[in-house]
Amino acid sequence: MPEYLVLLAQTHESFRKAELEALAVLENISVDLSSHDEKSPFLYVTLQDDDEAKRLIQRSILARAVYELWGKADSENALHEDVRHRSSSRFEKYKTPSFKFDFISHRGSRTKSQQRDMFESFDYLGFDGPIKMRDPDEIFTIIEEYEPAYHSNTDPPRLSHIFFGRFIGESQRDVVDKYDLKKRRYIGTTSFDAELALISCNIALAGPQKIVYDPFAGTGSFLVAASHFGAMALGSDIDGRQIRGKKARNITTNYDQYKLQSFFLDTFVGDFTHNPIRASFKLDAIVCDPPYGVREGLKVLGSRDTERYADKKPTVLENGDLSHLRPDYIPPKKPYHFDALLDDLLEFAARNLVDEGRLCCWMPTANEDYGERTIPKHPELELISNCVQEFNRWSRRLLTYVRKVREGDDAGLVSSHREKKVYSQVQFRDKYFSGFSATANSVV
Amino acid sequence: MKLLTANFVQCSVKACSATPKCFPLHFDQQTADVPLELAHEDVDFSPEFIYNILPRIDWPALLITARELGNNMLPETTPEIENPNAPENEQILRDLHTLLLETQIIQGSMRCENCNHIYFIRDSIPNFLLPGHLVQ
Ligand SMILES: C[S@@+](CC[C@H](N)C(=O)[O-])C[C@H]1O[C@@H](n2cnc3c(N)ncnc32)[C@H](O)[C@@H]1O
Ligand SMILES: [Zn+2]
Repeated sequence: MPEYLVLLAQTHESFRKAELEALAVLENISVDLSSHDEKSPFLYVTLQDDDEAKRLIQRSILARAVYELWGKADSENALHEDVRHRSSSRFEKYKTPSFKFDFISHRGSRTKSQQRDMFESFDYLGFDGPIKMRDPDEIFTIIEEYEPAYHSNTDPPRLSHIFFGRFIGESQRDVVDKYDLKKRRYIGTTSFDAELALISCNIALAGPQKIVYDPFAGTGSFLVAASHFGAMALGSDIDGRQIRGKKARNITTNYDQYKLQSFFLDTFVGDFTHNPIRASFKLDAIVCDPPYGVREGLKVLGSRDTERYADKKPTVLENGDLSHLRPDYIPPKKPYHFDALLDDLLEFAARNLVDEGRLCCWMPTANEDYGERTIPKHPELELISNCVQEFNRWSRRLLTYVRKVREGDDAGLVSSHREKKVYSQVQFRDKYFSGFSATANSVV
Repeated sequence: MKLLTANFVQCSVKACSATPKCFPLHFDQQTADVPLELAHEDVDFSPEFIYNILPRIDWPALLITARELGNNMLPETTPEIENPNAPENEQILRDLHTLLLETQIIQGSMRCENCNHIYFIRDSIPNFLLPGHLVQ
């Protein structure tokens, strides 16, 4: 089987493999990604044919392009030798089609005339077709990489790898710019980075004919990302102001902006711990960034004052009206644990996801504390990836779970381990702020 | 709120969710403040999507909802469709598409038959938050 070179973006490296694995599942491609190296922009894969290579990366955000590998080496001379050795049987096929050469350099550069010399050094390929800069039949690409400039600025950069390949297909990396929050009309303080929202939805296998749900939808960052890939998006949030937005700037107008109206299912206002979605209605994926209470502390419906509603009677106002029927009624809320909410989320996912449906959930982690025990678990969900985004003082992770194939119905799903659980008193919020300054806790 | 959504939301009161009466929510009683308002909104037709979610639809509940909203034309049982792209299935899939995805409830209210709590829909967005006395 032919060997291909996937050129990867040098960003969010820990998400690249998870994304490609997901895309392989979506496209039903069996591929070995074990040679993936987070430090390198190059990944070699063996695939059936060009079509598989194209399909593997066509939805990718973190891949740039894929090439049929014609040669690889650590110097120009050795590259020519390898191309002759590995690919001479291919030369004939490309004798007549129109073509052009392309050049990509990592940590280096070459002048136009140096590039031209390089292209000419390939004249032994015997391509007689016309050179077309626009829409050629084939594009042959030279990709080189230099060693990082560790030593001194005066040393000439040293070539570490050089490749020659035939261009097969492009990814969707250019949509990152289209969904950039800076250009989005309705955003809020909680809006999620467009690139990582798209990647999350790729890993969640969002796609046509599927329903993707975000129970903490806020301004709808994951909803538009899921819809971009053709899924019907459903969102809810306890904060109606975020879900509704303003008259001319809201989630619906974002859908208008991206012309995705047909992929919007609905949004509703609701507390996740009192979720109205019936147990028997199955969802294809859940993608979310749960509230971790950094600023305001996590709240759910309920009252701290257990006495107040003990009679289960509605509150009657002086004029005889029931207070909760007034349009300006604000339901009482009480504090809740982030860990408990995560457990609720996993339980909901186990109950409401289709077999093999995915839960992609962001979670902050205080670095020095990170360990196996902080990752929530559920017997019906298999954790398949754990990708990290590092910031200066903290990090967050994208945890991806797959709903195991059911063996019976969902009866008795509410796992008993739930009852006795004691949630730690030290919440992430405390950790997070103590990292900044000693007095930061008073801000909360 | 789309009609499809009415087919998967139930009363969010914990005590109700254990009873069969919590679903579907009912549109049979509306209030003067928030009168029922429906609208048609175009959505691109995807026969595969309708086909894919058809088994997830609770058909008896859909019949109730449609009837309460004034549509008595639905077949009594879930249509059986084997191939979403077969020409003979196009009409029924289009009808379902219009009903489930293009029918918008712009405003109105939904009632739980068990606890009688009313959930309002305003600007197409339903509100499932609960007053203090309905949260345990
Ligand atoms: C980290 S933000 C996610 C924002 C979202 N990704 C966006 O694009 O804006 C968490 C969201 O959870 C919501 N939230 C907090 N407590 C909740 C609860 N009990 N049930 C549902 N949503 C809740 C907050 O209102 C907030 O919008
Ligand atoms: Zn009820």
